[in-house]
Amino acid sequence: MTINRRDFLKYSAGTGIMLATTATTGSASMAPELSPDAVGILYDATLCIGCMSCMVNCKKANSEPGGALYHKKTAGTVPYEYVTEDKIYDAPTGLSDKTLCIIKKYRDKSPEAGKDNSSFIKQHCLHCVDPACVSVCPVGALRKQPDTGIVTYDKNKCFGCRYCQVACPFGIPAYEWEKSSPSVVKCQLCNHRYAQGGYSACCESCPTGASLFGKVSDLQEEAKRRLALKPGDTYAYPVKRIDGSEKTEQIVPEYVDHVYGLTEAGGTQYMFLAGVDFDKLGFNPNINDDAYPGFTWDYVSHVPILIGSLLVAGTVTRFVTQRLDRKNGNNDTNDKS
Amino acid sequence: MDSNPNIKTWTPATIVMVLMIIAGTAVATNRMIFGLGVTTNLNDVYPWGLWLGLDVLGGVAMAAGGFIIACAVYLFNWKKYRPIVRPAILTAFLGYLMAVVALFLDIGHPFRLWHPSIMWQYHSVMWVVAMHVIFYTTTLALEFSPMLFERLGMEKARKAVGKIMVGAVIFGVMLSTLHQSSLGAVFLIAPSKMSALWWDTKLPFHFLVSAVAMGLAMVSFETTLSQKYLGHKVDKEIITGLARGSLIVLCFYFLLKVYQLFTVASPEMAVDGSVEGNMYLLEMLIGVIIPIALLLVKKYRNSLSMIFSINIMVIVGVLLNRLNVCMFSMERYDSWRGMTYSPSWQEFVLSLGVISVGVFLYKMSAKHLPLFSH
Repeated sequence: MTINRRDFLKYSAGTGIMLATTATTGSASMAPELSPDAVGILYDATLCIGCMSCMVNCKKANSEPGGALYHKKTAGTVPYEYVTEDKIYDAPTGLSDKTLCIIKKYRDKSPEAGKDNSSFIKQHCLHCVDPACVSVCPVGALRKQPDTGIVTYDKNKCFGCRYCQVACPFGIPAYEWEKSSPSVVKCQLCNHRYAQGGYSACCESCPTGASLFGKVSDLQEEAKRRLALKPGDTYAYPVKRIDGSEKTEQIVPEYVDHVYGLTEAGGTQYMFLAGVDFDKLGFNPNINDDAYPGFTWDYVSHVPILIGSLLVAGTVTRFVTQRLDRKNGNNDTNDKS
Repeated sequence: MDSNPNIKTWTPATIVMVLMIIAGTAVATNRMIFGLGVTTNLNDVYPWGLWLGLDVLGGVAMAAGGFIIACAVYLFNWKKYRPIVRPAILTAFLGYLMAVVALFLDIGHPFRLWHPSIMWQYHSVMWVVAMHVIFYTTTLALEFSPMLFERLGMEKARKAVGKIMVGAVIFGVMLSTLHQSSLGAVFLIAPSKMSALWWDTKLPFHFLVSAVAMGLAMVSFETTLSQKYLGHKVDKEIITGLARGSLIVLCFYFLLKVYQLFTVASPEMAVDGSVEGNMYLLEMLIGVIIPIALLLVKKYRNSLSMIFSINIMVIVGVLLNRLNVCMFSMERYDSWRGMTYSPSWQEFVLSLGVISVGVFLYKMSAKHLPLFSH
């Protein structure tokens, strides 16, 4: 068959307009600001005594089986995690689909001049200000709540591509590999308890104030205040939540002069203070201060213009080559499909 | 038109393919009933494994031949390649169907595969990829349909498709270009996990160029096979022309990779004996450096058997590249996290099954459809 120029333009223009309308939706900018009501956690590793009360109560609050101090009445029906093949119970060794929060210990075997360089560290979702997982989720299952800034997960939307696991620089999201109807599992800062006037179980159960719940702005101030304290002095550390009345008087230790989470990965709502270098506490040393969504946004934001230019380029090429063909006196067009 | 009597349905190769399809189906059933944990060795540190790396990333790259040949014939008016348009489009169509099947089995909730089409998340590369798969598979079905209509004698339908064919090709070229690049862009989010040997802001472009190299090699490879086993007679000029195209694209790709090696990564990283370094060297040697070296020799460039071997090397090399980007590039991070991954036998069996489906359908199309009529 032969196709004339007008017909041809009609078809390509039609597709072009169709795409142009979908393309305009992609022009909004990203990079959210920290909401004034954003809540988070400040973890002070120097206060942590490694009792793992947070782990146990996290499992209880989130109905996850197992636990360091498992009790039949307080946890789900499947009690244990079997780390190895033999049927011997072990406490969780890392974050998994059954463990949303874990305490780990960095142990320095050769303390210099009698100084103990050991430190605990509590790992769970850091609730980034601009989270990679939310930006990559193709179905909007992972969302950052506009008011509290909590990164929540909707298992009914998720179709299980696991891009969030690849994207999260902290390696937090876990997947229920053993289930035939699996979900992503990660800390949601006890969003369900917060909605009912409560707060994060790990902070509520922390006896020393190592895990402290509160507004992110207050926690940031508190962290900076602690770094400004003179080691050896006493300081009344707030316990459980920063706006509560419970305090504990402790001698101020020597802090590493850095609040982890203030700027890392564009800032996080879960922040850390410690007495040893953060590189030793299991943080990926390659993480810098860039907000991760920007890496892919640089590409995605150009997709509409690429669609437009490629359609135009294709149409023009066809137009020119057909014309040249005709000029060469070749009437045998090659439109036969 | 009747089926091609020169192509026998039951040959030893077909029987092997059917057996692999049956084995693959068994694994797929197992996965559908009991989940990913029983069938795969995937874990939280390696959420993407063989199915995604080989069947999805590799399958889509293999399908690139469809848009390149369609572009060459319909847009650049290079009539020489007209005899291989239909096989190339069929390969692309089958490649995408295979990728969709693999994707269906790989995602946690197969029956929610349609979710991205209503839950728009324009800032997610994965969403962009998903939309491209939907649109491009549809476009390929349209480009493929004339063969079916011709066979069924539906002259009106064939003519109707013929009218919009050029529009479909332009649309398809655009979708395909972006889809190949977007698959690379998926990995832009992981700079703190991937080795700098692969991670680069230009990764989408690397994916596109290597997919073009793969597409040319694939088309040439299957044309040679069709000639040998399916009685498709084509000019030697087509094969040598594709080889020249491969040489140009591979040289360009080589320059891109060398530039990246010296600016983003460093040459020491490639030769430090680490898993990443070795895999990088392997990928570059098999897929890029040796093929370029051979193609530069005029005698080899015009030898059909040599071109055939070179094509296999390019295909294997680009497949390695996809597996590297998807898995081995994160080796250092993953071993730091204390996890390993090697595909389970079921992952291999299913992958082979999916590939067999593609080859089997190609053969059946050659027998029953006017695939080689030009």
